[in-house]
Amino acid sequence: MSNILETELATSSSGSPLGATWMLAYREWIRFFRQRNRVIGALGQPIIFWLLFGTGMHSSFRSGNQDFMTYYLPGTLALIVLFTAIFTTISIIEDRREGFLQNVLVAPVPRWTIAAGKILGGGAIAWAQAIMFLLLALIFQGVPSASNLFGLLLLLALTSLALTAMGVFFAWPMESTQGFHAIMNLVLMPLWLLSGAFFPIPLTTASDSIGQWIMHWIMRLNPLSYSIAGLRHMLGATPVAEFWMPGLGTSWLVSIIFFGAMVLAAWRMVVRPQPGV
Amino acid sequence: MQPSESPLALDVNRVDYSYGAYIALQNLSLSIESGQIFALLGPNGSGKTTLFRLIGTLSPLQSGDIFVFGQSVRHQQGLVRGLLGVVFQAPSLDAKLTVLENIQCQAALYGLSGSTLRNRIAEVTKQMGITDRLNSLTGQLSGGLKRRVELAKGILHRPRLLLLDEPSTGLDPASRLDLWHALTRLRDLSGTTIVLTTHLLDEADKADRIAIMHAGQTVAVGRPQVLRQELGGQILSIQTDAPEVVTQWLADRQLEAQAIGNQLRVTGPMTVSILEQLTASFGTRLQSLTLGQPSLEDVFIARTGHQFWSHHEPE
Repeated sequence: MSNILETELATSSSGSPLGATWMLAYREWIRFFRQRNRVIGALGQPIIFWLLFGTGMHSSFRSGNQDFMTYYLPGTLALIVLFTAIFTTISIIEDRREGFLQNVLVAPVPRWTIAAGKILGGGAIAWAQAIMFLLLALIFQGVPSASNLFGLLLLLALTSLALTAMGVFFAWPMESTQGFHAIMNLVLMPLWLLSGAFFPIPLTTASDSIGQWIMHWIMRLNPLSYSIAGLRHMLGATPVAEFWMPGLGTSWLVSIIFFGAMVLAAWRMVVRPQPGV
Repeated sequence: MQPSESPLALDVNRVDYSYGAYIALQNLSLSIESGQIFALLGPNGSGKTTLFRLIGTLSPLQSGDIFVFGQSVRHQQGLVRGLLGVVFQAPSLDAKLTVLENIQCQAALYGLSGSTLRNRIAEVTKQMGITDRLNSLTGQLSGGLKRRVELAKGILHRPRLLLLDEPSTGLDPASRLDLWHALTRLRDLSGTTIVLTTHLLDEADKADRIAIMHAGQTVAVGRPQVLRQELGGQILSIQTDAPEVVTQWLADRQLEAQAIGNQLRVTGPMTVSILEQLTASFGTRLQSLTLGQPSLEDVFIARTGHQFWSHHEPE
């Protein structure tokens, strides 16, 4: 009796961080695709925008070799990724309100597994949604000859992970989904709008007002501008003299740094000691 | 068995905890031996949930320490988490996932996989009677079934100490009985120590030992029967609109009454004849008159001078 008890006393379960991360990511995946309205919300709206704006502004817009539908394609991809990232990370707030998050926090796995699970799961969903749209668009429009599909998928994956990590960073300390909506309107949507996704980034000239100058630099300092530019390059766009667009190398570099910074920010936010979780 | 071989399942050592100016726990010490069902009984605001969160490593300790099977919550968080199974009051199930998926999620968190996991799933689902529900979405289950799934999740990794926060909340009487059966089986078959919080007096009565909490401290610890017996033979409770007069009448007969509002409580050796004498002397001025064995509520009142139910704000 005493022997059995002794050996049992010594056993403390220890979780495997990788297994837990994988399971949490998988859970995001199941949850997302079981809620059909989320799939429609994240995919449908950007597609409708793309079709409406693309056809509506067809005659009034031209950027180098591209019409608006082609120009707006990377922006739509980024919007799908952004919406999906928002939808998946907003669930952190629900997880906290229900007991799911507490349950993970008392388990013998490090806290970063929660962030890792969300980022991988949410990122994968965002990526898959973006790929679905990309395939549709390419079938509909034809694949541009100068496109680099492999690079495109890789950059989309990187952007998906970065934006989901950003979502984790914002959602973690929130107590209500209303707070997250405020962040969405104040930070996330402007981030997308001012990234060259919807309209090109104009070059500054000596005659420009301060406002135009500030706008130019905000757009130029926006990390998402580089992801969009990278996608645009790989979809075969040629640089246009009157608009500012970073080169492909710079786009990759900034996107990688952005990804690293967002993952680091999310990680630090989640492992930070919190009295009231 | 030598004491060194069987450290206490839970050893709470001089723990204080405050939320700003509000003191939730005050120099609290408590030991719980292994293999018991132990209930923390107290009204809302007595500090049960705070203690629960501290043991569960959810809130950081402010002072003192807590040991789970000899492992310090302060210094060995990882080990403590591995020894604990925790079932929260808030449902921790993902409603969009099936019962099986929820259990698999839990398994991943506790590092269970392969054939071990398959065996454990078979074991806990049988134990909780949810084998035929594995593929149902948990969002569609009844409250009692959900609670059983929570419990199945909580014991999946065979915790040495199972913590349950208000496990009966939202359960109908039949499901409560069910739950209690499951808990006693768990204690008897696996030797799991179970610590639960409750504000239900009859539930605490079923535990092996209890601690009655009030204003962040334990006011009584022991076996429920013993605590009740300590109050003395019987308890007389009188509801009257003239408490002063009745108190005086009792004092004349060497009986000391404790007054809480219009209610008087008398403990000590009494016979049924006192009921007749009271009725004869006061008649309709008495709204109710009962003589019975002391309940845990009486223990609480005797130790704190407060009503169990009307008590809201600890001083």
